[in-house]
Amino acid sequence: MEIKTLKTRDLKLSMENGGCGECQTSCVANQPCEQ
Amino acid sequence: MIHTFTVRGYSIALDVFSGSVHVVDRVALEAIRLYESKTREETASSLISLFPDEPDLTEENINSLLDTLGELKSAGKLYSSDDYLRSTDLCRKDSAVIKALCLHVAHACNLTCSYCFAGQGKYKGQTELMSAETGCKALDFLVERSGKRRHLEVDFFGGEPLLNWEVVKEIVRYGRELEKKHNKLFRFTLTTNGVALDEEIMAFCNREMHNMVLSLDGRKEIHDHYRVDHKGRGSYDIIVPKFQEFVRSRKDSGYYIRGTYTKNNLDFLEDIRHMADLGFTQLSMEPVVTAPDDPEALTEKDLSILFNQYEELALLMLKRKREGRGFDFYHFNIDLENGPCIKKRLSGCGSGTEYLAVTPNGDLYPCHQFVGDEGFKMGSLDEGIVNLGLQDEFAKNTLFSHQECRDCWAQLFCAGGCAANAFHATGSISGVYKLGCELFKKRIECALMLQAALTEA
Repeated sequence: MEIKTLKTRDLKLSMENGGCGECQTSCVANQPCEQ
Repeated sequence: MIHTFTVRGYSIALDVFSGSVHVVDRVALEAIRLYESKTREETASSLISLFPDEPDLTEENINSLLDTLGELKSAGKLYSSDDYLRSTDLCRKDSAVIKALCLHVAHACNLTCSYCFAGQGKYKGQTELMSAETGCKALDFLVERSGKRRHLEVDFFGGEPLLNWEVVKEIVRYGRELEKKHNKLFRFTLTTNGVALDEEIMAFCNREMHNMVLSLDGRKEIHDHYRVDHKGRGSYDIIVPKFQEFVRSRKDSGYYIRGTYTKNNLDFLEDIRHMADLGFTQLSMEPVVTAPDDPEALTEKDLSILFNQYEELALLMLKRKREGRGFDFYHFNIDLENGPCIKKRLSGCGSGTEYLAVTPNGDLYPCHQFVGDEGFKMGSLDEGIVNLGLQDEFAKNTLFSHQECRDCWAQLFCAGGCAANAFHATGSISGVYKLGCELFKKRIECALMLQAALTEA
């Protein structure tokens, strides 16, 4: 019985620490953050 | 919302609204499914009856497992709520800032691929090349409307942009002047079929192009079936040596080999394998976008074959990575720790707001896939955005405008999907292109499975 939690960006927290708009226009999963 | 799934032996629980990913065994996977709807006693009883041969399924271990689930829930990593998404400023995109343009420098092409969404490069119109004056005016337009955004993107597109090469160079040179004046950074990219590539073009692109999209469909017989010149001759033998030289000169980065698969090659994994065997490591293979009655169109009957191909692709990538000859597949690239923020995940690609396409004569469209459809003309470089109603429609086209996405586990990976695909499939930019959704979800599952596998070592 195993649960391994991967390191992920906290999406709720990204409400506060995201939104700069500097990331590449995707043309969203495959785009890294560029803040 | 939780999405639980198993791909090729890897069981994963995705907590949709926190973005947390848990790699689990079959018992934990079932416990996660039961936890919210059953009491502890009911869950324990269900697990024991479901897994009678599981030696570790003791009362102590079950309690420990359920305690762990409780801790993850308290930490906001399981069963997290979407309440935080109800903020009103996330329901509409900012239409005041533009940061990316697709410059149609050539509505002309030296190939005549039958599946081309751009109608062999002419977008239902006439052969036309963009002037340097129009191209430079487009960069001025972009800078003026970019607000505080520092990174600006310009993709040279067509048709075949290399048919207007001198103008491409002039636009790039002008962009570099604007960078200094306005403290901006232009990212130039170019999409090409490769036929006109030569050493001079490669050298310039290596200096100036952040990324190159190089069109190759894979195996020679597949590629040459569609990608032919105006005399019907295949282009594989012309472009492959050029692409290999180009990629070597770019030190194997800053490019994607980009193919299209159709009904004709549902075994597209063999085309990706072929690309990798040719020495390319940055690969992208896309399902064809065409009318449903087109004989090349993909249908729901094809999905089981395509799903299997994506899973086999993930296994091939793992195998080759372990052999020291790995390659990347665009749609499996997911950065869990440094991925997009929630605002990006709700707003999508930005078509019609922060991303526009510019035709050779300077008309503006929401994106390259709407060019040629007069109903989607938004304005022009001279007059600016004049179709404010259309702009508003795109600004409101966020994840929240897609009612059918409300219960979908992949909603924060796709942001409601591509507006052009939705429009062509349903007649509405906020519709849902169901076949595309199914393929997208399978790709995300495989991408997460790869992440799980890569953390094993």
